Amino acid sequence: MFTNAFLSGLTMGGTYALVAMGLTLQYGVSRIMNLAYGEFVIAACFAALILFTSMGISPLLALLVVAPAGFAVSWLIYRILLTPLVRRAPNRGALEVDSILATFGMLFIVQGIMLALFGGDYSSYSYFNTPVELLGTTIAANRLIVLAVALAVALAAWSFLMHTRSGTAMRAVAVDPVAAGLVAIDVRWAAAAAFALGGAIAATGGVLVSMFLTFNANIGVVFTMKALIVVIMGGVGNIAGALAAGLILGLAESFVATYVDPGLTIAVTYAIFLAVLLLRPNGLFGARAR
Amino acid sequence: MTTLLQVSGLTKRFGGLTAVREAGFTVAAGEVTGLLGPNGSGKTTMMNLISGNLKPDAGTVRLVGKDITGRRPHLIARGGIARTFQLVRVINDMTARENVVAGLAFRDRPLWGQAAANEADRLLERVGLGGRAEAQAAELTYVDQKRLELARALALSPRLLLLDEWLAGLNASELDGGIALIRSLSQEGVTVLMVEHVMSAIRQLCERCVVMNAGAIVAEGETTAVMSDPAVIAAYLGEEDD
Amino acid sequence: MTARPALVIAAGAAVFAALALVPFVADGYGMSLAIAIANYAILATAWALFSGPTRYISLATVAFFGVGAYTVAVLGEVLPWPIVVLAAAVNGTLLAFVVGLSTLRLAGIYFVIFSFGLTELIRQVVTWYEVKVTNTVGRYVFLDTDQSMIYWQLLGLAAILYLTGYLIGRSRLGFALRVIGGDETVARHVGIDTTRAKLMLFVLSALFMTLTGAIMAPRWTYIDPAIAFNPQISFQTVIMALLGGVQRLWGPLLGVIPLTLLFDWLNANFPNHYLLILGIVFMLIVYLLPQGVAGAIGKLSRSRTKPEPETDRKAHSAEARP
Repeated sequence: MFTNAFLSGLTMGGTYALVAMGLTLQYGVSRIMNLAYGEFVIAACFAALILFTSMGISPLLALLVVAPAGFAVSWLIYRILLTPLVRRAPNRGALEVDSILATFGMLFIVQGIMLALFGGDYSSYSYFNTPVELLGTTIAANRLIVLAVALAVALAAWSFLMHTRSGTAMRAVAVDPVAAGLVAIDVRWAAAAAFALGGAIAATGGVLVSMFLTFNANIGVVFTMKALIVVIMGGVGNIAGALAAGLILGLAESFVATYVDPGLTIAVTYAIFLAVLLLRPNGLFGARAR
Repeated sequence: MTTLLQVSGLTKRFGGLTAVREAGFTVAAGEVTGLLGPNGSGKTTMMNLISGNLKPDAGTVRLVGKDITGRRPHLIARGGIARTFQLVRVINDMTARENVVAGLAFRDRPLWGQAAANEADRLLERVGLGGRAEAQAAELTYVDQKRLELARALALSPRLLLLDEWLAGLNASELDGGIALIRSLSQEGVTVLMVEHVMSAIRQLCERCVVMNAGAIVAEGETTAVMSDPAVIAAYLGEEDD
Repeated sequence: MTARPALVIAAGAAVFAALALVPFVADGYGMSLAIAIANYAILATAWALFSGPTRYISLATVAFFGVGAYTVAVLGEVLPWPIVVLAAAVNGTLLAFVVGLSTLRLAGIYFVIFSFGLTELIRQVVTWYEVKVTNTVGRYVFLDTDQSMIYWQLLGLAAILYLTGYLIGRSRLGFALRVIGGDETVARHVGIDTTRAKLMLFVLSALFMTLTGAIMAPRWTYIDPAIAFNPQISFQTVIMALLGGVQRLWGPLLGVIPLTLLFDWLNANFPNHYLLILGIVFMLIVYLLPQGVAGAIGKLSRSRTKPEPETDRKAHSAEARP
């Protein structure tokens, strides 16, 4: 029972971590608190579903299309919809409030579009649902893939931020946009790129979870909340923190469901979240971006 | 001469940086005391520690013998310490009169309604803003915003007035007016502790000076004596005195 | 702005007296619209009472609303109505005190997220409690009341809310909140206990939301946690208040009336595109009317009386603020 809870917690945590990494980039670097984030994850789920059921394209291949599409759409959203807000905001606090309100409207728009296209019914399909024997228990192969991809994305994102010029520019913008501008970093470009990268990660997460998740047009907010919790626990803009916090959250949920009461998992999630907010508002591991 | 403010052993650390290190000095009632030092020497941190905006890691601040260390800022304000800010801070979307009423309405013996409006107009007159009571604070010129900030501080009827570079950024004629204003306040019995870089103003206004360098007090005494102290000249005054 | 208090209060009383006659002329549909408007008028005005001056965006409206509704669902049939309402008020006040004390020191965005998470936490805990402990999913609320009674109670509550808001606006507390909204550091250094002032307003605002939930509960006949704690109520409250404008007491009402009518019309005619249009309306408000309708009116009338000079000094001082 323990290994089972541990493994399922780890794979669930991998999902949370993967999804949260995109949000931590968007909020940490671009300063956009994207409340519509989860809707973009679900939109990618639907995209993968259509590609699989109508054209028989494997979700893993679909990634090659959907992730760049997520990048492009997010880039456009930032340049067209969010740039005016960035321009008019006199300070960071005003931008945060404006972006919450604007993306909150975006949440309803994206959700409304999905409802109009797909209705409110739950959808799912099955791909790579092969049971795998591991540590004396069985687990679906698609869940292991998600965990592996989460680790790979975390490693890639971390090396990108630490070891490339563009990544360094993004870190500089995260710390101080004004100073970054003074040393000839194109702040608008870096912010847009980070937002778009976050969108690509959201799309990747969406495609992968669609392999085992039963989803509908309304559940995006669940992903937004979980991602927010992970982002704040891990420290805003902190990729490694998001990975660790995501895994912790997944394990906590899994153990609560196994040993306490499955009905309390979400309550426990929020309780952890509220406790972290109150006691360590900079995250369990401190904020790298601030 | 009675001691109004007594600071002793005051220490404040920000992470690895010690901004103020075991600092101690006194301010005598009725005097104008200058707080000098090069940029980054801890003067503004000292102002924030005295006014309660920051909590010290060690040491005490006493006002007429009463320990006010680490009290919350609104209690210190009600207890008689008013301040202005290094970067002028007025409430932009309020009128000049309302800005001053803010200083009257929450002090130890609060004023409200017509009494507050009358007193606010008197204080505006006092700092040279007579007739501008209805103007939005945002529409005032820079020097008038500084005057308004001073009127708001005076509204608290403070025992001690903290001025953080209140004269900075004024042109020559504005500076003369500002110095005359502070002097007249002092003659009315207001005790002043002022952070200032303008040397001529310090010579004209301050009976005594406290000099900080790298978070520590390096000299304290009568202005003329402090100004000729070799340690002070070496630390700071030498290159800036002109 | 400086109208005589007696005059303002008399005019307000006359308006409310006229509104009290609505049940005698309106049909069933008219009454349900009137109740919806009264409901959101209270929620949005109470929301703005706290969020307007402090600029804290709270998404917890429905947390308090739901606590009021659930108190009625649990106690409604065992205790007399006034006691039930009192119990709801006590519950809402206690919750607001605990939440306010622990959260009002959080910076802007964390407060928003906290208030959102709080609603979900309460909903999950109530759901779990009902399923595990009382073995129910939802509850029936059978109370001896009708649309007119609910409307009159809401109207009475609205009258109290407007009177309270009007008096606060003229009091030292209201003035303190304006100073806090302008510059919290300055507020502290002129002797304002900022924590206490914010907490008082937060609790007061939550109290009105809780009472609204209590009064509205019998309308549903059946409630479960998903209905009582539906986050859409929080969202609509925010949209309406922002559209109307939160800087004035009567501002939110200017958003409540058109949006309640619009939402009702959308629900009737475009049930499938409701959310999409809701989102577009919300974004238009954020982009085109950042100060709300009341702010736009205020700006218009101000620019007509005296043009605002944009001085360099002004730009300078605004930029210098950290």
